[in-house]
Amino acid sequence: MSIFGTVVVKRGQYKIKGDFHTITPNMPIRSEDEKWHLVGVTNPRCMTYIHTYGGEAVFFENLSKGRIHGSRCDNPDCEFPGTVYLPFRIHCPDCLQRSTVVDLTEVCKTTATIHTFMVCERSGAFNTLDKPIKFINVEFEGVSTILMSYLSVGDPKIGMRVVPIFQTLEPTYTITDLSWVPEGTPSSKLPKGFTFG
Amino acid sequence: MITFSDRQLKTPKLMRPVYLVTAGQSKFDRAIPEKRTEELCIDALAMAARLIDKTPAELKRYIHSCYYGHFADHFGDQLLGEAVIHDRLGLDPLGNIGIKTGGATGGSTLWEAVKAVASGYSDCVLAMGWERMDEVPTDEGNHLISCAADKDWETPLGHIYTGYYAVMAQKYWQVFGREEESFRRTLAEISVKHHGYARFNPFAQAPMKITVEDVLKSPVVAYPLRALDCCLMSVGAACAIICDEDTAMELTKGTKNKPLRIWVAAGSHTLRPACRRHMEIPLLPHEKADQYADLGERFPGGERYPGFTGFLGARMCTYYGYRMAGIHNPMDDLDVIELHDAFTISDVQSYEDVGLRPYGEGRDYVESGDCYHTNPHTGKPGRLPSNLSGGLIGCMHAVGATGIMQTFEIALHLWNRWAELHGDPDIWKAFNRKKPDDWQDLQVKGAKRGMAISHAGVGSHVTATILMDPDHLLKPDA
Repeated sequence: MSIFGTVVVKRGQYKIKGDFHTITPNMPIRSEDEKWHLVGVTNPRCMTYIHTYGGEAVFFENLSKGRIHGSRCDNPDCEFPGTVYLPFRIHCPDCLQRSTVVDLTEVCKTTATIHTFMVCERSGAFNTLDKPIKFINVEFEGVSTILMSYLSVGDPKIGMRVVPIFQTLEPTYTITDLSWVPEGTPSSKLPKGFTFG
Repeated sequence: MITFSDRQLKTPKLMRPVYLVTAGQSKFDRAIPEKRTEELCIDALAMAARLIDKTPAELKRYIHSCYYGHFADHFGDQLLGEAVIHDRLGLDPLGNIGIKTGGATGGSTLWEAVKAVASGYSDCVLAMGWERMDEVPTDEGNHLISCAADKDWETPLGHIYTGYYAVMAQKYWQVFGREEESFRRTLAEISVKHHGYARFNPFAQAPMKITVEDVLKSPVVAYPLRALDCCLMSVGAACAIICDEDTAMELTKGTKNKPLRIWVAAGSHTLRPACRRHMEIPLLPHEKADQYADLGERFPGGERYPGFTGFLGARMCTYYGYRMAGIHNPMDDLDVIELHDAFTISDVQSYEDVGLRPYGEGRDYVESGDCYHTNPHTGKPGRLPSNLSGGLIGCMHAVGATGIMQTFEIALHLWNRWAELHGDPDIWKAFNRKKPDDWQDLQVKGAKRGMAISHAGVGSHVTATILMDPDHLLKPDA
């Protein structure tokens, strides 16, 4: 019986267990237009990648705990010291010094507004979000960049105040663990698995 | 805030003049099951040879190094496809290299080819681009394209790139569009125009005689973008031969192709629009200091640059390119242009980035009729016709080939050979396409200078390829 591939790091190396690929036979492609002559074959493939978050791991770990972390350049010799980034920048893009990890949860809860948005009726393969997906780009006071995310309740508008919600009950440890709802949304309206943190 | 040093803003200078000698392309379609990619590349190279009255073997003997553009190994499931194509083109053991800059791959391939000749490394190079987007279903194709966004912070949000453009569309129309309905109609007009021009292009994949209403009623992909606002997924190949002056003269002697001077400049900007920090707008040669000082007052919400409304990469490639080639005002100095209309909204955004209109006023380029072959308001030639190929919306977006296709299209106008190729009954027949009874010759009469914009990601890479008749240069030492 196959099991999903799992990975742990031990002594600096990935240790893998379970199935990381599934072998499926090729199938012929034939042309109905040309007397069913052979045109090609299908090449089915099911693979599992092993991906590191590196220095961004702290962000994804803390989402599951209801916290949002960003980064700040604290290098006094930088041209723009004190600049705060969300999405996370492991290194300052100006001086390339390693940034300081800062907890922006309260900033996000009290100052978030929708910079722009759209409503997505279609998705690509492997999408896990319910459609229509309400993409929102969120801006925060004192943060130089804007975060791409999605709204789980209500209809988005530019300038709307929103607050973060977190998939704390069954986290996926991906960016989809973070979502937003309009300010004042009661807990009872939150999607399954999400809390205010 | 971002600031640049003077060294970073230096105008690039080619070490010697570089010429586009000939070019070619294959048929473009959503799927071409009867041909391997190499066959499409050979079709393109054979056309390039034919346009200068050579056999492919004769032309190949001039080629010294090769530059190959294709966007995604994922699409063709072939790592290092460059080596496969190079071998099948019979160009072993010449040096070659792969270029990969997303949607700008075609333009970037030309950028590398031009630099190779300008530096003196090669006197004649092949720039070939292709894409094979029919080997996965459309939804998997959308997923693969979305993998060009940041895989941790963006791709999981819908796995569809259209969404990343749609948030820009929303911000743009709310800041600069002012009235949704009229702005939506302007966007739809672009789709009508590009699908309409594709009707006169035998290579094009999506010829359509449609109305603004048809576009507005097409299914929503990512509101406010609808299916007919979006570019195509395609299969196809395109190539160009880039040479120094002596080789260019030798190769074109006695042929219809006059060697064309070529410059390519590139810009880039963060892959994630979310990461854009505010900066001052870099000014193009015809723009004035403080021109945009009151942009936020005239267009509330438009004060943040580039924000979600502009493409800094597109601005930068023309910032360099216009100065390299001596272009002061593109509306006055160019005769024909191909823009990277990945989506109707990105077409409008690009008008402002490359200076066809000031920031905030891009829609006027369409509404004035300047962008048409024949201005629908006056019946006279459009001031600067754009995307007469049908663009990415009407002709194709076989990603690695796109920027080269656009450049070929511009070159055909400058060679006065547009009708010869687009009107040739044999080409229509070979592609199993019906030439419309109302086929129109879209040759821009007397065209001497043109430009193609090749664009990637949500503006992550952008190139400006400028072509000029060498007898009509704007700057003697360019």
